[in-house]
Amino acid sequence: MGPGSCGCGHAGPPQTLGAKIGWRDVLGGWKVRWGFGRAQYTVAPGLYRVGAPDCGSPVLVTANYKLTVDSVRRSLVGLSVWLLVMDTKGVNVWCAAGKGTFGTEELVRRIQAVNLREVVKHRELVVPQLGATGVAAHDVKRATGFSVHYGPVRACDLSAYLAAGMKATSAMRRVTFGWKERLAVAPVELVAAVGPLLAIATFVAALDVFRHHRLTADALTGMVPFLAAVLTGGLVVPWLLPWLPFRAFALKGAVAGALVAAAMLWWLPVGAVEGTGAALLVMAITSYMAMTFTGSTTFTTLAGVRAEVRWGLPPILIAAGAGVILRVAGAL
Amino acid sequence: MRYLLSGHSLALDPDLCNGCGRCEEVCPHGVFSVTDRKAAIVDREACMECGACRMNCALNAIAVSSGVGCAAAVIGVLRRGDGGAEACSCG
Repeated sequence: MGPGSCGCGHAGPPQTLGAKIGWRDVLGGWKVRWGFGRAQYTVAPGLYRVGAPDCGSPVLVTANYKLTVDSVRRSLVGLSVWLLVMDTKGVNVWCAAGKGTFGTEELVRRIQAVNLREVVKHRELVVPQLGATGVAAHDVKRATGFSVHYGPVRACDLSAYLAAGMKATSAMRRVTFGWKERLAVAPVELVAAVGPLLAIATFVAALDVFRHHRLTADALTGMVPFLAAVLTGGLVVPWLLPWLPFRAFALKGAVAGALVAAAMLWWLPVGAVEGTGAALLVMAITSYMAMTFTGSTTFTTLAGVRAEVRWGLPPILIAAGAGVILRVAGAL
Repeated sequence: MRYLLSGHSLALDPDLCNGCGRCEEVCPHGVFSVTDRKAAIVDREACMECGACRMNCALNAIAVSSGVGCAAAVIGVLRRGDGGAEACSCG
């Protein structure tokens, strides 16, 4: 049934979004997870058809980050709905809601821009629950007449939510942070560490040349602790997050770093001074990387992070400074 | 998982609450529960202070000092030294 067939007198917007995900979408998803071209991975804002919606079909609201739109349409296979894509500057729902771009103002503007009142007969919207930090449901209702129903947190629960008559179970309402979710957000931090790692490698190689008057295998051995530290801070800490002791991420990272440092001192042939320096640097790296992982999680508070930075950053900087001095002194 | 200072700034005025249930609906951590047409904070420690409940409380019965718990943003403010607000730069 086409949009015109129920007498709404509106041809509807031109674009149809398939629910099927192709190889280009899969490849694109991988690319942005590693931080490449993330700022340009967008879908044009507006109203889209998924399947063959009519004037009685539900209207789902989402952000214009393509990874977000893809996960929504993947969950809508076999359904006919309207998809209202807001202009969130290519940012996902949760982060855009925090910034206010996924917000009441943009939602009201978008409803009017696509003339939604003429497209559907009902006055109901399904807004993702994680958009609620930016959207005031009562204000949207007042401005447009549309009632907001907060949908499930995860797009994969959308069809079950719609089938249940827009009812979410409490499990659909909860944000989780399992190991798969933790590792899915880890690559960006690893990519950010590549630059600093190259700088460290240059420094370690320079020290080696200074000591031996040529580049030796010691330079490679010297890089092992730093590689281990970055992999620990960027992957192992996110993976083992619930099991590492303490609530402060900086402390979780320091504990993981201490284990790496202990293993390094045990296995690698390093002198006491140089080894202590490397150990301090390893702990500073893992602690810092763990602390910055707070931004990728689903349960940290701004007040807590402020406290953590205030108490955690000075020791990290001191450890790093002392580590550099000892590492250099030991190598000379 | 629990974090530091979770939910410290969250406050609910039961006298203003009409039990509409929006806070319970939007909270991703199950902090609220509505019984007998009144909301109550049942798990304060799970609160990440995102502000969704306050945003959607039509009667302004909820107060919370919200923001994004991101160390990179907090450190960014320290580096700029302008005492401004933490801006999320990741997207």
